[in-house]
Order: sequence, then structure tokens, then C-alpha cells
Amino acid sequence: MIKFSDKQLKIPNLMKPVYLATVGMSKFGRAFPETRTEELCIQALTDAADFVNMTPAELKQYIHTCYYGHFADHFGDQLLGEAVIHDRLGLDPLGNIGVKTGGATGGSAMWEAVKAVASGYSDCALALGWERMDEVPTDEGNHLISAAADKDWETPLGHIYTGYYAVMAQRYWKVFGKEEDSFRRTMAEVSVKNHGYARMNPHAQAPMKITVDDVIKSPIVADPLRVLDCCLMSVGSACGIVCDEKTAYEITDNPLRIYIAAGSHTLRVADRRDMTIPLLPNETPNQYDNLGKEFPGADRYPGFTGFLAARMAAYYAYRMAGVNDPTEDLDVVELHDAFTISDIQTYEDIGIRPYGQGRDYIESGDAYVINPNNNKPGALPSNPSGGLIGCMHAVGATGLMQIAEIGYHIWNRWDDIHEPQAKWDAFGREKPSDWTSLQVNGAKRGLAISHAGVGSHVTCTILMDPNKILKED
Amino acid sequence: MPKTEEEKGFVDVVNGRYKPKGKFHISEANQPIFNKDTGKLAGVTNPRDMTYIHSYGGEAVFFESLGKGKLMATRCDNDNCETKGSIYQPFRIFCPDCLRRATVIDMTEIAQKTAKIHSFIVTHRSGAFNSLPKPIKFINIEFEGVVTILMSVLAVGDPAIGKRIVPIFNTKAPTYTITDLRFVPEGTLESELPEGFTF
Ligand SMILES: [Zn+2]
Repeated sequence: MIKFSDKQLKIPNLMKPVYLATVGMSKFGRAFPETRTEELCIQALTDAADFVNMTPAELKQYIHTCYYGHFADHFGDQLLGEAVIHDRLGLDPLGNIGVKTGGATGGSAMWEAVKAVASGYSDCALALGWERMDEVPTDEGNHLISAAADKDWETPLGHIYTGYYAVMAQRYWKVFGKEEDSFRRTMAEVSVKNHGYARMNPHAQAPMKITVDDVIKSPIVADPLRVLDCCLMSVGSACGIVCDEKTAYEITDNPLRIYIAAGSHTLRVADRRDMTIPLLPNETPNQYDNLGKEFPGADRYPGFTGFLAARMAAYYAYRMAGVNDPTEDLDVVELHDAFTISDIQTYEDIGIRPYGQGRDYIESGDAYVINPNNNKPGALPSNPSGGLIGCMHAVGATGLMQIAEIGYHIWNRWDDIHEPQAKWDAFGREKPSDWTSLQVNGAKRGLAISHAGVGSHVTCTILMDPNKILKED
Repeated sequence: MPKTEEEKGFVDVVNGRYKPKGKFHISEANQPIFNKDTGKLAGVTNPRDMTYIHSYGGEAVFFESLGKGKLMATRCDNDNCETKGSIYQPFRIFCPDCLRRATVIDMTEIAQKTAKIHSFIVTHRSGAFNSLPKPIKFINIEFEGVVTILMSVLAVGDPAIGKRIVPIFNTKAPTYTITDLRFVPEGTLESELPEGFTF
């Protein structure tokens, strides 16, 4: 589709307000050779119960339907893995369904849960996701991941998904980054920031104190991408429970409002056709008329440099939630930093910066909890969890981890989750002696982007303190 | 260990059904996985040797034509379609807008005269079952008058955005997969092409 009808551009409407009551996460790691997936899922749901001072049995009493995010079941040679987990969580005979949208699976599971509550079908719904990619040899794992590309037109070319994505990075690097050393360093700063934030997160898999030069000198994957530009491959689980107003306040005194929307785009990047840029509320008609002059080669949209699915998810979600300008209206974001450069592309797709100016979000210091340029709080901190680069990318759980992390900030309970020595000990991880709180002080609204591969599916979740909503119901 | 000729699985279509012959999997016993530090059982392996049987359907003509040195595409010729005239490469059986069957066209000459690199990536990595020589030089190709940008690989030389390239085809021993199509810089000599490939 290259033109949209008014019906297709309708702003999504939830028939009643939906609230996020609680969230939970397991430990995340590269491999868990002596742990079954269900053990991690139970860890996440138990964590969600602990968060609202309930036993898991008490919390389960509220759940009416379940939405499970688990993408790559061919890794486990187990179909209906959702039914296995549902049974082990002791939630039979409740209705449940599995959701599979690649890297966006976690966000998509939440999309389904929110709609179930908004429609009145359920008063309380569980969205829980997990992934494990550690149970095959690495090269076979690469093949299995490449099966998420087109079986006939892409997978036979190398059986390596990174190659299908990286051509987009190359185009952005050449057209918008202009192959400048300064842009390369800005890309690296994303990795330095996110690995650094992961140091404060006991759940995180890749805490690292590194420099820009460490990133630039790390082993090459596909120029300009180096190992430290890339996200992790992880095992773990995360969940969130959404409710109508009455049920939410039975579970907790301070649930958060949740809005969520989704977009999509061609599975093969090769199938993208040119179109005009759908504008976000903080953009103006004709704003991009000279984009191709300013950045030679940028005359095609979305071309290889924009993620239309992310743009559309934000297009719907911002108007749904009353967000005009993300930097003004939001306090913290968790973005899908699959690669340092795709993180920068996303800043533009979701309107944190206009197309062509994504790098400024990092360079200005706005993306940091503490702006390194002036030592004041950053305007819109990004990925204090460590993101996919520093914390985890357990595909089906990632989007739910991001939502949980945004929730912790707005609940002002980020420290409860990330500070306790007992948790560092239980996870067998050493708490750094310079551990620092990354709580975004006074956070009232936040956003999480859950994104699949080359951009086939994206969800945009917005959480708000119910006293700080931007749009009357 | 590669399978012997008689261990290989072949499939024909006979009377409208798939008819497999030969051997399709070799069963292999599972093995226990022990923790070397504790001596305790952690799990088991589940060996699998599977063959998928897959229909190209309406795209079969595209894959068959590669072995004949032709690059086929499709074009919507529906007078009532607002994107009538759009040429698709990748080949699409149906127009994505009007969902009417598109017309199959031979675009070999368009490719020979106008193919240009839109983006590229060079990687030494690959997954299991890869058959391409490494490093793999992925390229995305713009063609004049085509609304999409095909992905393929560059078989000779170094990729650069804007570089003029021409298609080459595995006509001598076609595999009937997308790997039968590759590209080389304009001006490449026939003697420089990978084995089995012709212009
Ligand atoms: Zn048509």
C-alpha cells in the first residue's frame, strides 16, 4: 500500500481506559543450560506478583485471558509452546493465544492484551513473553533466524539475517551519516551509553564500561557495523498485567494508563515502494521538501533509511494518547536498539528528531539520564535499562521488558528493582561499586518501541501516570 | 558427511500430488548432556535431519527462467488499478494494490542496461546451509522503471552505491533458487564469472 484511505488512518480508539497494574522480569542471559523456559516464565510472573505485594496465586485470581509472546518456536522443536507455559503457570482453562511478530513479539502480545481489556472481553489480561535461542549450535541458529526473512528470495542468500538488515544501515550511513567519523562516533556513543546503563541493572546480560574507541575497534560484523554496535541474543521472560480501572485499583493503588498501537511494513525490504512521509503531530507539511537536497540520496521514502512501521505505530499512538511532541510530552523512552544505527533511525521515525537529524538526539545529550554536556537531567532519557545492546534481546520478552522498565520509572520504583544487593546475589552478578540510580526523577509519561527485524512489525506503547494524561477520555 | 546418491531425497509431481522417492532423513540417536563441573544431567540432544518440500507456485516461471539466462518480472496491466504499469522485482504473482494477476514480463534487457547498486553490505558471516562464497557481498539493485529494489549478491569486484552492474545467471548447472541470479560490474569479462554462470 502506498496511499492510505481515511478509514485506514483512523486513530485507534480504546472503548474504555486500560491500566497497567504490574510487571515482572526474569534474569536475562545468553544461555541457561540448566533451566527450562517455564522456570524463567514463572520467575517473571512471580516478580510481577511481588511488585504488588501479592502471592502468585493471589495475582492469578484476577487474570481472565492470556497473550503469550514467543517468536521462534522452531528453535525449540516445540509447537504450542504457549500451551506448555500456560499449563505450567497453572492458568488452564483460561483462554490463551500465542503472538508471533519477530522482534516486536513482546509489544504485539501487549497490543492484544490491551485490546482484550478495552473491548470489555476481559477485565484483566496477562501479556507474557519469552525466548530461548541457546539450544541450537550458533550457525544453525543463524539459519533459523534467517528463516524470518523470505524463504525463497532472501534466506538462500547466506542464511544470515544481519546481511538483509545491514544494507539499510549502509544506506543510512552513506546518505544521512555522510560517512563522517563524527557520525561513526555518535553511533558508538549509543553502545557506550547502553552498555554503561546495563551496569546498573542486575537483570542485564552485557554490562560494560567501554569507550567509543572500544566500539569502533570491536570485531567487524558487516561494515559499518561492529560487534559492539549489535544487540544481544538472550534467554529470558518478561510480563505485564493490564486491567480495566476497577480491577487495576484492586491490584494496586497506582496503576498506569496504557495506550498502544501497531504498524507494519514489507517483510522483504526489496518490496518497499515510494510514498509521501506520513507526518507526526510535531511535523509540518512541506517540512521534508528539501530532504533530498540536504541529504543527496534521501529522495525516496521510506526507501532503505526509514522504518515506515515505526512511523505508523507512532502516528496512531501519539494521536491516541494526545502526544504532540515526544521530547516535550514524555519523560523516558525504551527504544529497540537492535543496532546503534537503527536506534538513530528510530529517533526520526518516531519524531524525537526530524528525518535526517537523529544523531542530534545523542549529540545534544538529550538521550541520557544525565546529559554529559551539562551534567543536568537529559531531556528524554533513552534505554536506562541498557536496551537490547546492554540488557537483553530475548525476542518474545523484549517488548515487555521495555514496558516494565518504563513502568518502573513512572512508578518511581526503578531503584526497588535494580538496587537490592539480594537480587544481584541471587542472579550471581556483581553489583558495581559505583552503582548509580538511573531513576528518571519525576517521570510521568514514557514510551516503548517494539520492532521486528527490517521493520515488518512495530508497536508503540505509551504509559502515563493517570493524573498526567494528555487527552480527556 | 554428505549423503550418497541413493540417500538423497527427490520429489516429483505426479497426478497432482507430490511423489517423494529416495531417503529423506537419517535417524540418529540422541545424546545426553552433562554438566562437566557437577557431573549431573542437564538435558539431551534431539538430532533432526529434515527435508522440506516446497511449491514455488506462480513464481516457478521466475526461478526456471534464471537457468535460461532470463530475468522475469511482473507488471500490473489492470486498467482500473491506480498503480497500473508498476513493474515489480521481486516478481509478484498478484498486484499488491488491485490483487489482479500481474503480467509476466522479461526484464533481462532492462537489468542489463540500467541495473545500479542502491545499497550493499560485505560480511564474512553466514548461517548453516550457506552455499555462497565468502565474504558475501549483498547488494540491492535499482532498475529504471521498476518500483522496487531487488536484493542479490555481487559475484565479482567490490560494491559501491551507484555502481553499474549487470545480471549473470547459473545456466550450466541451475539450482533453481535465487542463488542462480547474481550480478557483476558492467564490463566484467565472461572468464571472470563464477563457475556455471553466463551473462
Ligand atoms: Zn494493480
